[in-house]
Amino acid sequence: MFRFLILLASLLFYGANAAKAAEPSARPDGARLYAQRCSACHGADGRGGVGVPLALPAFLSSVDDAYLRKTMRLGRPGRVMPAFTQLADAELESIIAHIRSWPGQKPPKTAPQDRIAGYVAHGQTLYTRHCAACHGAHGEGGHGTGVTLSRPRSAPILAPALNNPGFLAAASDTLIKTTLLNGREGTPMRSFLKQGLKERDINDIVAYVRSFEQLSPPPGARVLESESPVLVRVSPYSVEETVEKVKTAVGAANMRLIRVQTLDQGFVADGKENHDQTIVYSCDFSFLNEALKVDPRVGLFLPCRVTVIRHAGKVQVMTINPKRLSRIFNNAELNDLCEQMYKVYVEILEESVL
Amino acid sequence: MNRLRMLVVFVLLGLGVSAAADELLMARITQPFPEAMNNLQETIRAKGYVVSRVQRVDVGLTSSGFQTAEYRLVFFGKQAEIRELSAAYPELIPYLPLTIVVFAEGDDTLVLATDPLKLGEFFNKPELLKRFGVWEKDVRAIFDDVSRIP
Repeated sequence: MFRFLILLASLLFYGANAAKAAEPSARPDGARLYAQRCSACHGADGRGGVGVPLALPAFLSSVDDAYLRKTMRLGRPGRVMPAFTQLADAELESIIAHIRSWPGQKPPKTAPQDRIAGYVAHGQTLYTRHCAACHGAHGEGGHGTGVTLSRPRSAPILAPALNNPGFLAAASDTLIKTTLLNGREGTPMRSFLKQGLKERDINDIVAYVRSFEQLSPPPGARVLESESPVLVRVSPYSVEETVEKVKTAVGAANMRLIRVQTLDQGFVADGKENHDQTIVYSCDFSFLNEALKVDPRVGLFLPCRVTVIRHAGKVQVMTINPKRLSRIFNNAELNDLCEQMYKVYVEILEESVL
Repeated sequence: MNRLRMLVVFVLLGLGVSAAADELLMARITQPFPEAMNNLQETIRAKGYVVSRVQRVDVGLTSSGFQTAEYRLVFFGKQAEIRELSAAYPELIPYLPLTIVVFAEGDDTLVLATDPLKLGEFFNKPELLKRFGVWEKDVRAIFDDVSRIP
């Protein structure tokens, strides 16, 4: 029965992408795929940035290929690392081979042990004492994405979220134990043996970390759902009047008006613009600054923009749905900001058509 | 027990918190920001698109007293496409024109855009899916090309 359920769950997860994951006929170029899919976050040579510094010898020598494979396939829900569901298995393997080709990178010799027994309660006590300061009281990990604006560049790595379903699926007990035993040179992670813990204590911590699987998905792995990609209201006013009301609403929301332009400005000659598609750009720079600290990629949907159109005889006011950003960026730390932005947009829309 | 563990993880990933598929196209350009910006715009034009505007987000931030590295938005598209799509599908307008974020990360420059194919989840019309597919290929090609410029 369990075999069937596991198979079913696996099919649910992978099934939608099965066709795409078919083996391509030519052997994939791992270096090129790494450059395309990984280097933006992990660095061209694996030195890190948004993502962990893969090129750390202490990292790659402690993780096996299965860990890398599952991490790429499953990602880290809510923690920026996406699930590369579109990549074929052969492409994943070629990326792993490329990473393993870097100088000094050797996979671990020990075979992953499926389960390491330990006392969870004792492990929790030790975890609170030795791990929580970096990894969070409940394994939620360090904050921020790790890119330029969110933390000093001297910090080599953010403490991983140990309670993340993606991590728990990818990391074997052996991997967790090895990391605790040896630490990770080049990161703040120190050997717990050298800190005086015994191997059985470390087993208890492993058992406690593994017990996170029994809990509900943590808030740090949550992604907001959005039923619609846009928020829309019908205006009883003309386009010109509605634009003026949007400008007033934007001011009431403490945003600075940046500019008003037509959608086609920059595409057509001056004087030929279609004013039935007008965009009002505005920004709360303090909010923007906070959002960029959390995740510098959010600029993709900034500055704030409200579109006023006349279509089929009706005037409509619309914006993107900020809740979609949560899914796009896969960063749970943005969820509160997305919710805030959603409320602000709804207020502006309501105010504009009042 | 181990099977139960696997099942829990798969179900959590598969149902509750699976929404982590890559929706962003990103690339690292191993050039300083000014060169990368120039090369990006030239590459966009070489693909037949018009750069309609460059939004200097960093200037707005610094003028408001916040520190930031170089950070710009590049808006681009094709006039005929923008006109036709916005007329036929006005709910697409908030996602038009196409946008690329460009920001400095040390001596490198990062560029990113949403994967246009993902719009198909919401705008599921055959003609739109075809258009989103073309955009996705073009944005990937732009990122590939600009990343290869020495």
